[in-house]
Amino acid sequence: MLKTEIREILLPSRELGWVLEPEAKRLLGLAGLETTRFRWAHQLEEALQFAEEIGYPVVAKVVSPEALHKSDVDGVAVGIADDKTLSTVFERYSAIKGFSGVLVEEMASGTELIVGAKIDYQFGPVVLLGIGGTGVEIYQDTTLRMAPLNRQDVDYMINGLKAGQLLKGYRGSEPVNLQALGSLIMTFSALVMEIENWIESIDLNPVMCNAKRCVVADARIMVRDSFA
Amino acid sequence: MAVVGVSLTNDRHPANVIYNKNHLRYPVRVFPVNPRGGILQRETVYPHIADIPEEIDLAVIAVRAEQVPDVVEACIKANVGGAVVISGGFAETGRKDLQDRMASIAGEADFPVIGPNCLGIYAPSYVDSFFLPIERMVRPEPGNVAMVSQSGGILVDQMLRFAGEGVGLSLAVSIGNKAMIREIDLLGYLMEDPKTKVIAFYVEGFERNEGREFVLAADQCVKPVIILKSGKSPEGVRAVSSHTASLAGDYKVFSEVLSQFSVVEAKNDSELVSFCESLSCYQEPIKGRVGIITGSGGHGAMAVDSCADHGISVPVLSEMIQEEIRGKLAPSIQSIASVKNPIDLTGSAVDEDFSVVARILSETSEIDCVVMLLLPYLPGITSDLGAMLSQVFQRARKPLIAYVPHVDKYSMLIEGFELNRVPVSPSIEGAILMVEAMRRFQPC
Repeated sequence: MLKTEIREILLPSRELGWVLEPEAKRLLGLAGLETTRFRWAHQLEEALQFAEEIGYPVVAKVVSPEALHKSDVDGVAVGIADDKTLSTVFERYSAIKGFSGVLVEEMASGTELIVGAKIDYQFGPVVLLGIGGTGVEIYQDTTLRMAPLNRQDVDYMINGLKAGQLLKGYRGSEPVNLQALGSLIMTFSALVMEIENWIESIDLNPVMCNAKRCVVADARIMVRDSFA
Repeated sequence: MAVVGVSLTNDRHPANVIYNKNHLRYPVRVFPVNPRGGILQRETVYPHIADIPEEIDLAVIAVRAEQVPDVVEACIKANVGGAVVISGGFAETGRKDLQDRMASIAGEADFPVIGPNCLGIYAPSYVDSFFLPIERMVRPEPGNVAMVSQSGGILVDQMLRFAGEGVGLSLAVSIGNKAMIREIDLLGYLMEDPKTKVIAFYVEGFERNEGREFVLAADQCVKPVIILKSGKSPEGVRAVSSHTASLAGDYKVFSEVLSQFSVVEAKNDSELVSFCESLSCYQEPIKGRVGIITGSGGHGAMAVDSCADHGISVPVLSEMIQEEIRGKLAPSIQSIASVKNPIDLTGSAVDEDFSVVARILSETSEIDCVVMLLLPYLPGITSDLGAMLSQVFQRARKPLIAYVPHVDKYSMLIEGFELNRVPVSPSIEGAILMVEAMRRFQPC
């Protein structure tokens, strides 16, 4: 049975076709996935207060139902170091069409990965792992398996990446926490199976992985408009 | 078997072709049906399927599309076992309604129908619903490979290639528009069919979630399942709002999910034939450490390149094995042969040299498959070598694959292998593909 809270996030998003990022992150949190700490601030004071709470530097992203691609409207700012910069950014975002607040988040560091899902016409839910970030479609370094996944599937996905070596520590670089990455993918697979009738696709991009943890820094959930 | 829709005037009508070949060439009793009745080749033509005095197992229906639902209904009433609908003019020409009507009539009665718009069934030496004149067909020998195809043309072409490369067939089925009997149904049937050891499919696409059901079923199958898929290129650039949807295109998903469930994907028709031939002989999975034996350095080098392309290793043999090999070679080639792997016995080698090296490689654990590149024009090689090497395989049971140029002149050498269940490829690449097939098939 779908958790009521998850259902309550997905249901109102059906008209828009996708879930606003703060809500998407809340949904992931309910499913047991670690996201960057965040606050959906509607007032500047709230944003400043949260930045102080988690400490600078922070990330600020615009929240707007009209901005599916936030960077297209210049709605993402990273490495914000002080109150003054945050205030300026907040003010600038306020002018963006459909402005519905600002998402203030901790800065995460590590290797950028994409963990995604799509409901394939022929095969149903599939889960994808790849080298993420903005260059994701340039490198096209991805592996995928049909969900639900088991641990062998997850191992195969991690080992199957061309850049898999990077994750395991290459030329003295620190390996990422593969245990945490594996758990994240397994938890994600379980979530996807639970909400397969509600969604078209999900991008967790980037997932930031370092030696300590793997954390979802951005999430896009595309919602199905109706039940076929 | 009843053939519904024979013509009394046109001998080239598909129904007549089917009637004639089964009547004259196959051990089935076949009855022609046409509403006008009469006589066809001195046999009674029955006006209605119910008029046939014997029980009918199979009705082959080749009437106009509009009449098919009624004929299917008549078959059900007459207790026929099942039908193959040859007729076109259904979903492929926009008459999905007609097809759905036929399928629902058949579905309600649990009456199996293959087609429409198909060639139907070819079971070697048993029954043949293909409307192709028998003298025009290239017919593979009876064997253990079953092939199911959405396209009749591709199926007939593959049969031609199977025949050319000595791959035997247990059953070939063209399913056309697959209104009722689909790939997954035949997978279920062939899994249980004792004559079939390898199941091959040509697939254009699955319906919603049908691919999922198919791979889950294939996962339960101990026999190798091979798929050749068409429509690999993306259908133009669609505006995709998510990275995952764009990265995980239809074909990427298809290909990766097949490998997840140990279904062997053939990228093209050459691969399909090589994979079928290899897996019809060998079904033990291997890691892919190959020993190559050749009479020509160039052939050895090309085979190594091909192995590298497929990620198959050609390990250098241990000093011990190298010494053993050298010690057993004829004195005339002992000093000129290269024994590291590939093992190049040179153009001066004779049958016994090939045979002794094959035996040593079959017994060492350093490699798990032997590829023999044979050049039948070398003076020391005789036509007996094929059968001789097959004996080496029979003793050690380590997979042996041969490359021999396929021309009539060398057919006895080739048959020496094939009739003793050692696969032979007409190309070096094909021989390495046969190794690849064994490596890819990893039964759970």
